[in-house]
Amino acid sequence: MRRSTKRYLRQGGLYAVLAAVVIFLAVSVDWGNVHRNFWTPGLGDNWHDLILTGVKNTAIYTVISFALGLALALLLALMKLSDVLVYRWIATVYIELFRGLPALITILFMAFAVPIAFQWHAPGGTAGAGVIGLVMVAGAYMAETLRAGLQAVPKGQTEAARSLGMSPVATHVHVIIPQAFRIIIPPLTNEFVLLIKDTSLLSIVGAAVGQRELTNVSRDFLSSGSTAGTGTSLAQAALLYLIITLPLTRLVAWLEKRQQRAR
Amino acid sequence: MPLLEVHGLCVNYGHIEAIRDISFTVEQGTITTLIGANGAGKTTTLKTISGLRTVRAGTIIFDGKDITNLPPYERVKLGLSQSPEGRGVFPGMTVRENLDMGAFVRKDTKTPAYQEDLERVYALFPRLEERAKQVAGTMSGGEQQMVAMGRALMARPKLVLLDEPSMGLAPKLIAQIFSIIDEIKAQGTTVLLVEQNAAQALKRADSAHILETGEIVRSGTGTELAADGSVKAAYLGGDV
Repeated sequence: MRRSTKRYLRQGGLYAVLAAVVIFLAVSVDWGNVHRNFWTPGLGDNWHDLILTGVKNTAIYTVISFALGLALALLLALMKLSDVLVYRWIATVYIELFRGLPALITILFMAFAVPIAFQWHAPGGTAGAGVIGLVMVAGAYMAETLRAGLQAVPKGQTEAARSLGMSPVATHVHVIIPQAFRIIIPPLTNEFVLLIKDTSLLSIVGAAVGQRELTNVSRDFLSSGSTAGTGTSLAQAALLYLIITLPLTRLVAWLEKRQQRAR
Repeated sequence: MPLLEVHGLCVNYGHIEAIRDISFTVEQGTITTLIGANGAGKTTTLKTISGLRTVRAGTIIFDGKDITNLPPYERVKLGLSQSPEGRGVFPGMTVRENLDMGAFVRKDTKTPAYQEDLERVYALFPRLEERAKQVAGTMSGGEQQMVAMGRALMARPKLVLLDEPSMGLAPKLIAQIFSIIDEIKAQGTTVLLVEQNAAQALKRADSAHILETGEIVRSGTGTELAADGSVKAAYLGGDV
């Protein structure tokens, strides 16, 4: 048999398998059941709360965790690159600890264990304490990204700045950190997307009604409202998450491509 | 009194001796050049003078002051600035912002003195005035070299250290860069020049030193060394 004939047969076989699976699913799945349980009539009542409370709070928690996490990450990254051995140790221990733990454990610690142990009232209540937990985790992850970015700035840049009369601090502020950020914009945007999804972990800590984020709001609708008893509100939340995250992941891909071309 | 005196300078990279017992002086208002092959220690010598390398032994006296252990920014304040090898411009900043970074120690971008320096640099490099708003990273090699040199001059140095300003440039641009170096000297700034382009460097050097594997092996005026048979053979590509 000729090679081209072989290739046609193999591809034809793959298409045949795919067609078989699609037909099997179309016939065997009870679509009425799927529709009843995941996209019931009455879902229109949910959108208002899902978007105005859920999406809004998800956005707020994401932005706060990202901003504070980034500040923490910058501090950790600079400590990790410090000349002082003890600073390097502290940063390493912190980063390894909070990257090694499940984020949920950290959030639960901050939301429940720490407030009870130290009689501590976090700003924003349990939700605020949970966000602080998320900041601690996000800081650890972004610290490694930032460290890589800082190290990717050529050594000659530091030397050029130093030989022009900048102190080590001025060199970082004016020359190194701005260039490092330009390098890490794509991975940092990626961290932002991960953080949007990780805010759903905050649904576990139980917040006041107006403070609930998207996953939490959609969980409420599992047992109340016109779609109660079905997975509809979860499907709605999933759709909303995708509407936010998909454009951002496309943006990351575009930024990476542009940066590769610039090099 | 010489503007710069280097006595018995030794610098190590780990256990490797990069430069060994180097001594030379730079007189006020002259061009002094260090020439030699790759890895001879030319750049290390410059970086040590500007404070980027730690001295193992020896002293550096600048303008009558011992600067051996001063941090780099203190040296810039005293009047010593460097145009780094491979240009080292800040690629994300515009030409003008790069020049402002050169005036960093003076912190006075509003004063007449700053304006005067900016005009002086623009007069030396008219190209930089035309391209003031261009992002430096997008410029050609020759233009980036001009940015690096102009930036070093913005510190209003008594002594400017130029590290291989002709590296990687087309012959026509090399001639232009060297005539600018002559002009810098004519304006009263002392120049310490490190070069692999020995012919051009020796032609205008008031004094010259040849480095080999971290040591000065020959010294003399530029014309003396340019006429010397062994120097010709080794560095100028001529026949003995």
